[in-house]
Amino acid sequence: MKQSHLHASWESVAAGASTEADLRQALPFLLPKKMSLKVLVGVKRVIDYAVKIRVRPDKLGVVTDGVKHSMNPFDEIAVEEAVRLKEKKIAKEVIAVSCGPAQAQETIRTALAMGADRGIHVEVPAKEMEKLEPLHVSKILAKLVEKEGGDLLIVGKQAIDDDTNATAQMTASLLNWPQATFASEIKKADGELDVTREIDGGLESIKVKLPAVVSADLRLNEPRYATLPNIMKAKKKKIQKLKPADLSVDVTPHLEVVEVVDPPVREAGIKVDDVDTLVAKLKEAGRI
Amino acid sequence: MALHSKTPLLFSRINIATRRQGLCRSLSTVTNNTARTKIQDGYYDQEHQELQRSLIKLIETEINPFVDEWETAGQWPGHRIFKLLGQAGFLGINKPTEYGGLNLDYKYHAAYLEALGHIRAGGVSLGIGVQTDVATPALSRFGNDYIKREFLAPAISGDVVACLGVSEPGAGSDVAGLQTTARQQGDDLIINGQKLWITNACQADWICLLANTSIGPPHRNKSLICVPMKTPGVNVARKLDKLGMRSSDTGHIFFDEVRVPAKNIVGEEGMGFIYQMKQFQEERLAMALGTLVPLKTIMEETINYTRERKAFGQPLLNNQYIHFRLAELETELECLRSLIYRAADLLVAGQDVTKLASMCKLKSGRLARVFTDSLLQFWGGMGFTNEVLVSRLYRDLRLFSIGGGADEVMLGVICKYMNTLPHVPVKKVK
Repeated sequence: MKQSHLHASWESVAAGASTEADLRQALPFLLPKKMSLKVLVGVKRVIDYAVKIRVRPDKLGVVTDGVKHSMNPFDEIAVEEAVRLKEKKIAKEVIAVSCGPAQAQETIRTALAMGADRGIHVEVPAKEMEKLEPLHVSKILAKLVEKEGGDLLIVGKQAIDDDTNATAQMTASLLNWPQATFASEIKKADGELDVTREIDGGLESIKVKLPAVVSADLRLNEPRYATLPNIMKAKKKKIQKLKPADLSVDVTPHLEVVEVVDPPVREAGIKVDDVDTLVAKLKEAGRI
Repeated sequence: MALHSKTPLLFSRINIATRRQGLCRSLSTVTNNTARTKIQDGYYDQEHQELQRSLIKLIETEINPFVDEWETAGQWPGHRIFKLLGQAGFLGINKPTEYGGLNLDYKYHAAYLEALGHIRAGGVSLGIGVQTDVATPALSRFGNDYIKREFLAPAISGDVVACLGVSEPGAGSDVAGLQTTARQQGDDLIINGQKLWITNACQADWICLLANTSIGPPHRNKSLICVPMKTPGVNVARKLDKLGMRSSDTGHIFFDEVRVPAKNIVGEEGMGFIYQMKQFQEERLAMALGTLVPLKTIMEETINYTRERKAFGQPLLNNQYIHFRLAELETELECLRSLIYRAADLLVAGQDVTKLASMCKLKSGRLARVFTDSLLQFWGGMGFTNEVLVSRLYRDLRLFSIGGGADEVMLGVICKYMNTLPHVPVKKVK
């Protein structure tokens, strides 16, 4: 209804604008933002959360051989949110993206089984993967989003192996897009998203214009179990393979891992009888 | 797309707590979960593994956090769990698509059966296995449209709990000797008798009953009949207090002039015994598959325990007697695994695997006993408590030499195939 009314008025403006982007800039409040979003979701293959991590003998990393890996739990939440947007007809396509060695395809397939439409696997050999940094991933994601013409990028807020919590933010910066991190609720509004963020002090509500980058926090949703019919359908979905070089991204490491050690063994605490003793002990230990 | 059903607030809170726990302890030490570090690969391909991954996730979220509670209560919540499993498509893997199944080949079903072993209480996997592999295969294979719509479809969707009624106080191994009758009366059957050892009895919506429906040779006079549990005259008299599988409700059911329409007979009248026999190879393979993961789990937990536990100045595991014994048992487990996978492959290829399946059942039951007994010893005093998995498995897996076809019956079947049974001369009838 609204659209046909607008066509009459902006056709005259259309003559002067050369791209849709120009049009949007010229008449942002008149042109309804397309709500059939193309959503990209970043998923990372990490060591399963339940595995007991062991430091490698060479102390340059952790043991990954023969160890169970799965999709980063926060990325599962991101995929679930993207699929729900599609079910609500807010998104029209969900593309799962992962950087990594051949096994990263398993993670993409899990996303496909949850409802993503297709996948992109950016091949990074295992040895290079160890040294891949959030900045590299951000550059790759930014390039992919541009290439695909994405409207929304959702990733987990952090990966449970490095816990850097940096990729979403850096990708938004590279794209010069608004970011909404630690999202615990996403609601669609005209051309924008209403996002509730989990912050130290509680919850914060913000509005971000699309296109945007969102990072998923724990309470955003509860990911579905991939149903067997969907697992079978996922077989037919396509996974495109690319290399970082195809996106003109240089993955030379800037950081060098010098040593990886176990955290110190937790020492026993002591119980005290009253607050005064507690204060005295803390002073003794130089804590206050 | 199906989302898992709304759970009461308590469960959702526990779910968030479990998941939050999981996410928060990414780099912390977790002692009891290394067991599930790797899904057995080499046999199952990508899709099978994806199926297992999804099922294991469901188990870890909706089942394992609660099994201790259910074991103490002596009851697992079948309706809730079946609904979750049904929505995810796990209850009809090799059942027809017209009734909600996926019509995939047996290997997908084997993948599901093996993954059920991640449940840390045998009683729950037993209850689930009965629904998919004991109470429903005959309906799927021999039932008409009415039977399949009325009874099979809701079992596949997880809307009902099903059970099988074959064994009686006087007839366990001797199936042909059962006494329950279903006499014809117009368009109905009137059922009288009793059934014992019925898994899921206390929560089932319908029972697939094997009863005598005519006079004649004992292998040809029985029929499988679907009976709704709420039919007047059906009485679950008691729940058995068992050594193991304590979260599984095992009942003693009485049938007193129970009236059901004769159209509730599955397939042909008089063929019930044959139908039951035909599905035994799958039932046996299912039970064998069900032991693989629990044994692997308990092996890994025992290795971790004996590595930490010190006696006389060094880890228990350092004693050659212990690590060698574990190696022996590990070898046996892999032998069993290979036998099972071989039988499954032949079944997928369309062959009759009765002999191999019986061997799988026999071996898994016996190995489970030896395995859990040896490993329990290495846990010392802790192994004798209810606080560890090994003692629960010791009790739960003891069933496998008895239920689903006792060892002695398996041996008889294998001898039949080896042609070593004594020939009894046929008595001439005067």
